[in-house]
Amino acid sequence: MITLADYLVLSAILFCLSVAGIFINRKNVLILLMSIELMLLAVNFNFIAFARYLDDTAGEVFVFFVLTVAAAEAAIGLAILVVLFRNRGTINVTDLDTMKG
Amino acid sequence: MGFEKFLFYLFAAILVFAALRVITVRNPVHAALFLVLAFFNSAVLWLLLEAEFLAIVLVLVYVGAVMVLFLFVVMMLDVNVAPMREGFIRYLPVGIVVGLIMVLEMGLVVGSDFFDANHFASVTPHPADFSDTKELGGLLYTQYVLPFELAAVILLVAIVAAISLTLRRRPGTKHQTPAKQVLVRSRDRVRLVQVDSEEKQ
Repeated sequence: MITLADYLVLSAILFCLSVAGIFINRKNVLILLMSIELMLLAVNFNFIAFARYLDDTAGEVFVFFVLTVAAAEAAIGLAILVVLFRNRGTINVTDLDTMKG
Repeated sequence: MGFEKFLFYLFAAILVFAALRVITVRNPVHAALFLVLAFFNSAVLWLLLEAEFLAIVLVLVYVGAVMVLFLFVVMMLDVNVAPMREGFIRYLPVGIVVGLIMVLEMGLVVGSDFFDANHFASVTPHPADFSDTKELGGLLYTQYVLPFELAAVILLVAIVAAISLTLRRRPGTKHQTPAKQVLVRSRDRVRLVQVDSEEKQ
């Protein structure tokens, strides 16, 4: 039988992979955004696993909200990225230092 | 090991593999496609957790909308990936160390006896006529109706923000101005001229 710890370990691995992804892909905004999506997925895993094992549907409601906010975040993030590429011609993180003092 | 456990390990392995490829692959298009694979496997695992509605929502909203948006932007931007890979080797050890430390810490917390089978005994499967969608909807439209409406407002704000950010008027293009078109009167455009008929020669 699958225990709660199995799901928690899986989501921990997923979360740490996405944190490592943010560290090793520091130049690429697209992969950074994808890592954030992966992170939110890991959090959703925890919510759903606890909702199931504590038999409380409220956890699934929160997953619903997290999905909503993540979709909004992705849409706005990609829009900013498109504007950035249009104005600067690059989305390399190291080139984006206009506001550096 | 039951069939459910086998399914869990199979899809969890594919999920971890896909996540690993997302952060290590060179081409952003491939990364997005591996992210789609990760979302699909997550949806299957959510089905194992009997969260059917959210599994479907994950496939429909995430794979169907968000990831297509990602792919669209990635392919539209025509990014040169070579300079973005410069720091990869340099930051790789840091990433691995941080990731491993976090996995170990979370493993120590999760692997402690608080979360084991004694405290959270194996769940009983829901009866066949149990509807996860009905349960979720009942909660969402009663107790959480205000957060639900706030989520709708957030989506509206996201739509407005995304459109207003990316909308632009290029100087060279020709536009119609409907307001001015509507305001036009016939005497501005049509001039009736009285012309005398010529004498026949």
